Amino acid sequence: MEHIVIIGNGIAGVTAARHIRKLSDKRITIISGETPYFFSRTALMYVYMGHMKFEHTQPYENGFWKKNRIDLLQAFVEKVDTDAKVLHLAMGNTISYDKLIIATGSKPNKFGWPGQDLQGVQGLYSKQDLEQLEENAPNNKVCKRAVIVGGGLIGIELAEMLRTREIPVTFLVREDSFWNGVLPAGESAMINEHIKEHHIDLRLSTNLDTIIDNGSGRVKAVTTDQGETIECDLVGLTAGVSPNIDFLEDSTIETGRGVLVNRKLETNIPDVYAIGDCAEQHSGIGNRRPIEAVWYTGRMMGETVAQTICGNPTEYKPGHWFNSAKFLDIEYQTYGWVFGRKGKPEYEAHYHWRHPEEKICVTIAYDKNTEKFLGINTFGMRMRHQMFDRWLTEEKNIDYVVAHLKDANFDPEFYKPYERLIMADYNQTRIKNIKLKSKSLKRIFQLG
Amino acid sequence: MSTVDKSMALTGQPPASLSLPQKLAVVLGMSGLGIMLLAAFNINFPQQGLWLSVSLLALFVGITWFSWEAYKDKQPGIKNDGVWFKSVSSRGLWGWVAGIALTGFYIVLYFYPQYLGLVNDGDNKGVIALFDPLSKALSGNPASQWFVYGTLYTVAILAFGIKFLWKYRHNRYERLRTASVMFFQTAFAFIIPELMARLNGSSVLNGGSLPYYDLKNIWPLNYYNFEGYRIKGFLSSGEIGFALLIFGIASIFVITPILTYKYGKRWYCSWVCGCGGLAETAGDAFRQLSDKSTFAWKVERWVIHSVVVFVTLMTTAVIYSYLGTDTSKYWLTKSSFLIGVGVFLTLVFGWVMLFKREQLQKDAQYGAIGYFVIILALIGMHFFSGEGNVFLFKSESLRKTYSFLIGSIFSGVIGTGFYPIFGNRVWCRFGCPMAAILGFQQRMFSKFRITTNGGQCISCGNCSTYCEMGIDVRAYAQKGENIVRSSCVGCGICSAVCPRGVLKLENGPLEGRIDSNQVLLGNDVDLMQLVNKK
Repeated sequence: MEHIVIIGNGIAGVTAARHIRKLSDKRITIISGETPYFFSRTALMYVYMGHMKFEHTQPYENGFWKKNRIDLLQAFVEKVDTDAKVLHLAMGNTISYDKLIIATGSKPNKFGWPGQDLQGVQGLYSKQDLEQLEENAPNNKVCKRAVIVGGGLIGIELAEMLRTREIPVTFLVREDSFWNGVLPAGESAMINEHIKEHHIDLRLSTNLDTIIDNGSGRVKAVTTDQGETIECDLVGLTAGVSPNIDFLEDSTIETGRGVLVNRKLETNIPDVYAIGDCAEQHSGIGNRRPIEAVWYTGRMMGETVAQTICGNPTEYKPGHWFNSAKFLDIEYQTYGWVFGRKGKPEYEAHYHWRHPEEKICVTIAYDKNTEKFLGINTFGMRMRHQMFDRWLTEEKNIDYVVAHLKDANFDPEFYKPYERLIMADYNQTRIKNIKLKSKSLKRIFQLG
Repeated sequence: MSTVDKSMALTGQPPASLSLPQKLAVVLGMSGLGIMLLAAFNINFPQQGLWLSVSLLALFVGITWFSWEAYKDKQPGIKNDGVWFKSVSSRGLWGWVAGIALTGFYIVLYFYPQYLGLVNDGDNKGVIALFDPLSKALSGNPASQWFVYGTLYTVAILAFGIKFLWKYRHNRYERLRTASVMFFQTAFAFIIPELMARLNGSSVLNGGSLPYYDLKNIWPLNYYNFEGYRIKGFLSSGEIGFALLIFGIASIFVITPILTYKYGKRWYCSWVCGCGGLAETAGDAFRQLSDKSTFAWKVERWVIHSVVVFVTLMTTAVIYSYLGTDTSKYWLTKSSFLIGVGVFLTLVFGWVMLFKREQLQKDAQYGAIGYFVIILALIGMHFFSGEGNVFLFKSESLRKTYSFLIGSIFSGVIGTGFYPIFGNRVWCRFGCPMAAILGFQQRMFSKFRITTNGGQCISCGNCSTYCEMGIDVRAYAQKGENIVRSSCVGCGICSAVCPRGVLKLENGPLEGRIDSNQVLLGNDVDLMQLVNKK
């Protein structure tokens, strides 16, 4: 029986395994050094905050794997021998495969800062990182101040986590406004305000210089490029992630920043595939980056590679881009493409609305030549994925989207509607006279 | 996990620790309870009205003050920090202490009311006597253990309701729902029935006297609603009494199906019902303790549906026992009643098997078993029952068994007493026959569903963790499937705690409501066709 070995039990690897099992009777083994069972990485923060226990982050009951004949092996892979089709494990033994899927995810970036390997300096990615955080910052007696370096999604999550234990947090952000490489200016400014509302000491346009040793190998303070020294007991390094592929260094598998794959997610070596955060496309698909470190793309690649392995060669062809996040109390969703400062095409223009009092805003991107709708960002307001997916496919124009916003609203029932305010502002700003359409279940559910 | 509390502080460190005002609030609330406890031990309070007011006020202010301190400095948003670090909400020492204390209270309440000071012929003593002034002010009668319980129940729903309103101040669905349960408890369960008691014997009721009737308490939750003494009471009370009896019947056979079709069972379970009201307010801190395993789900389906069979048989037997046999005296006789019940159940069963068979799949067998047990029992009743007994039992003893096992032990002692151990909806999930009937309809014939938002789920598990009914919401959401489950009471917390805006409770068309296809939007359309090929 063909033996499929998957390295990594994250969303990509586990999705691949599940779909291979659905489609075939092949022997499946998942190897992970991190944890015995699959868990939702995005939920680690809630364990530290006390919203959940670690076992709640595991989407399947422990009996699921045996029932579906998926073997789990807790081990680290040290070396891949693609000629012999054998994996060498850190504990000394080997395991052979017929087909290999590499789904080892990411690791936190470190940029060679002096002191970056001191005790009390850590990233936040793995379960081990979480355990380390419990050691480094169990409470505000042990950790009197934390400094977080890097203004992205993990940085703000780490800040939120530490604040639940009332640990003072200084948040160093390289850019002059939070995540403005990705978020348009208005949105980024609103999140700056919200960060401060949560009593987080936000330092924009500030870089980490050095991390200072307390004399016994533990962090004492950091210095910044603004000439300031900040005493702290924890340094959170959250300046992005990169593919976790060090164990492939001596192998014949071709790598760039990640494992290089073609559109079928095949590497240069036959029977070896790479999916998820660690896979790198030769060139980005559409507006996407060559490496996509996103939950959803990991899942899609897992589904795709399962088809290929089960005799149905399939290209990775993701649909319309979407993503979501939560910044402290503000939910964020995006559908289609809305660019911030980085990579914004010349034809892209934005319509932006912000609620006069509440932390709610919307940015709609459109083509300034054709008025074609390109994408939407919403903050503090939920949107229906189905509608935007359809509108992007149908290439609606921005007027149509604004007029039909009620169809796309996904806020819980009885929430205050904002479409009327948006419509009025849109008509005024863009000198138009569009009428707002009322919500239609017929349109939403496409009833005959 | 190494989340061991290394400090020796009783209440831990942030976010589990209590502030000084919160500690004072606890002392205040406890002093309110203390007064009642002293009264229970027959300490004589000279001015009962005054001491009762002080006690209830201390309790109420203690709870609301505590809550205000907890939320006043926080931004609007989800407030679950430290839920699993706090001893009371994570089955720690305080959780067990609270569970045992509550369970003890229920045992005394149901089985030893004399220890609370109940005196049947004569003046009350103890804590019940403390409540006499309030009872007399409302209904004109002295208090009973049920009046004491009803008052505390209402205070709990109001005080913890205020806590819930603050906790979810950003969420209008939660605020409206909570205002609704607070209103129905205070007006319908507490004040109106007491005031109605004042009408007894008056000319409005033709001199008759109505049974105690909480109008929103519908059979079969209110399993005794059609018992002989109540029917006599209704029929003795003129047009009003007759109207109330008709209302009681219409509640379950007409009003309930219509509302459940339109809105799902949430219109009752989390907007109106008293049991639900307590679970959603005082029980809110324990919602994460419900068991999410597939094993628990299996137990749930067996137990709750057995209760439905039990309550149907028991009620049929009770009504059967007081009906006559002579059609010339009254149109409804023992045999026509049995035939009526049989025909009704056959119609429901037949409709489901004809039109909804594919939705039930394997559960259809269990449904069929339940149906045939009831039909056989009905036939048996007809042939083997004499005056006042059903088979070999007295129908009265069947009723007493139900009332003891289900009405007292299950709904009270286990259902509420075990809040801090099994979660706040144990009764609603495993025991309530009303929830089972509404749930059956919700699954089969209702516009309600929880819509999953395309492919946005990140499997974090907040929804499943905070589902008080033990539904593994994530199992559906991560597949892009809508959640259509009979047990869902529509509390809306899964949607509230979701960090990615994935879940929405809504009423929509029946068509495509249960979508077992793995529609994960954002994927390649061709790939999704392959994935969904069966």
